[in-house]
Amino acid sequence: MIGAAADAQARGGSDIELSGLVKSFHGPDGPIRAVRGVDVRIAAGETVALLGPNGAGKSTTIDMLLGLLAPDAGSVSIFGRPPSEAIAQGAIGAMLQTGELIRDLSVRELVAMMASLYPAPFEVDEVLELTGVAEIAAQRTQKLSGGQTQRVRCAVALVSNPELLVLDEPTVAMDVEGRRAFWTTMREFAARGKTILFATHYLEEADMYADRAVLMAHGRIVADGPTNEIKAMVGARTIRATLPGVASEELARLPGVSGVERRGEAAVLHCADSDAAIRALLAAYPDARDIEIAAAGLEEAFLELTADDPAGERRARAAAGLGL
Amino acid sequence: MSALVYTRYELLRTIRNRRFFILSFGFPLIIYVLVASSTRHVQDIDGSGLSAPLYFMIGWASFGTMNAMVSCGARIAAERQAGWTRQLRISPLSTRAYFRAKILTAYMMALISLLVLYLAGISEGVSLSASGWLEMTGLMIVGLIPFAGLGVTLGHIFTPDSIGPAIGGGISLLSLLGGTFFPLGHNGFLPEVAQYLPSYWLVQAAHAGVGAGGWPAKGWIVVGAWTVVMGLLAARAYRRDTGRV
Repeated sequence: MIGAAADAQARGGSDIELSGLVKSFHGPDGPIRAVRGVDVRIAAGETVALLGPNGAGKSTTIDMLLGLLAPDAGSVSIFGRPPSEAIAQGAIGAMLQTGELIRDLSVRELVAMMASLYPAPFEVDEVLELTGVAEIAAQRTQKLSGGQTQRVRCAVALVSNPELLVLDEPTVAMDVEGRRAFWTTMREFAARGKTILFATHYLEEADMYADRAVLMAHGRIVADGPTNEIKAMVGARTIRATLPGVASEELARLPGVSGVERRGEAAVLHCADSDAAIRALLAAYPDARDIEIAAAGLEEAFLELTADDPAGERRARAAAGLGL
Repeated sequence: MSALVYTRYELLRTIRNRRFFILSFGFPLIIYVLVASSTRHVQDIDGSGLSAPLYFMIGWASFGTMNAMVSCGARIAAERQAGWTRQLRISPLSTRAYFRAKILTAYMMALISLLVLYLAGISEGVSLSASGWLEMTGLMIVGLIPFAGLGVTLGHIFTPDSIGPAIGGGISLLSLLGGTFFPLGHNGFLPEVAQYLPSYWLVQAAHAGVGAGGWPAKGWIVVGAWTVVMGLLAARAYRRDTGRV
């Protein structure tokens, strides 16, 4: 079995605190306010998803958490210490959004090299097994495929046996099988009481693997709570049907419907529970035709949640274009 | 955390880069052998007190070692572009340990370069006392110090694509002006300028090591000044680079 983690008593404080984080960058049209006041507290042992569309400020927040970026305002405290200290003590392991591996080392050598930097690393061979790269352990890093490189980067993050594991969009470049294997590994890791924070724009990932979701949009936190609650907030679906002559008020009274929009002869029903709504709709209006049921999507849901910020939204999209 | 294991892998990686190996050690070797074999008979080149094979061995060893030192910059540039430097910044590897590993590796490469040229020199008839070899090596190691800072600075300014020509061109220029390839003579512009270059004093250090020249205070001053300036530039380039991320 994988060896035990470092003594928790040795660390003061067991929470991760982000307080009032603000960060702006210089853009071609003026400052880009990527993060506009983020306050989050994560307790040890939690698995938290930082959820949000591209351009929401997730990566910038994570960079500040890890001490790669100095915030314009606010502070970061990891287990009661500044990021640099936590990192120097080997308490953090991270898989950043992008990054290549250095060349001319075998996979095993690379992972062993990184393991040697940490006070209580996992056994290299066990981590290679866990991340599915044991078969290519002797391969030189420059000969790996994209998916293999991702797995090795994951191994590098894991072998450190950190108290806090930070993952920035970890499965974006993975295939379906890789993704499944990755999350199985993460589940095992979390079961040992480690704290995991991962950024994603996939609602399903947050739903399946996180206890708690922190929703970000336009550089701010718009919601923070248990994943199923967040899912209800943004997991809405729309039913579009052609229903001539039916009043909106009537449609709004159908079960599971939270809002109605008329577009000529068609009606768009915003539903918190589309299953209940579609049953009731077909029962009440059997002549309804051209029925479409679609997931509202994170982007649109966020638009609703963060209305009245068109300029900020434009900036956020520009920032997304810059890869922030 | 001790960075011994990290440094060992750094060394291993560098040696495994075959292209780098062949270019940095092969090039000066080949030129030296060509030049030395055609001037074997010259006992005293330009009044320096050194035979031609020895003179050119020192010259091409200087060229090779300067290149080896500054090439740490190429590795730094590559790691920056790959995003590996960021990965290291979120690991316990301290900045100091990182650069220590880089500079140690650079010196290892420089020593290999020296060895290659020494062996070639011996085969061209160069014969020195044991203390001659050792003193020359020791003084060259000192003379190479400013080039470590130069390598680190360049590595933070250039990309992997542009750093090749930058290092090649820069070292060639310094070598030329410093009298690495041929004697500079005693009058005129070249010898005047050379006095202020670390490349000149690197060659002079080797000459002093084999007893063919003195090592005046000026040598210490120039090498010391370049070391300090290069060190400051390197620190500044590093801070700028990591502030930007």
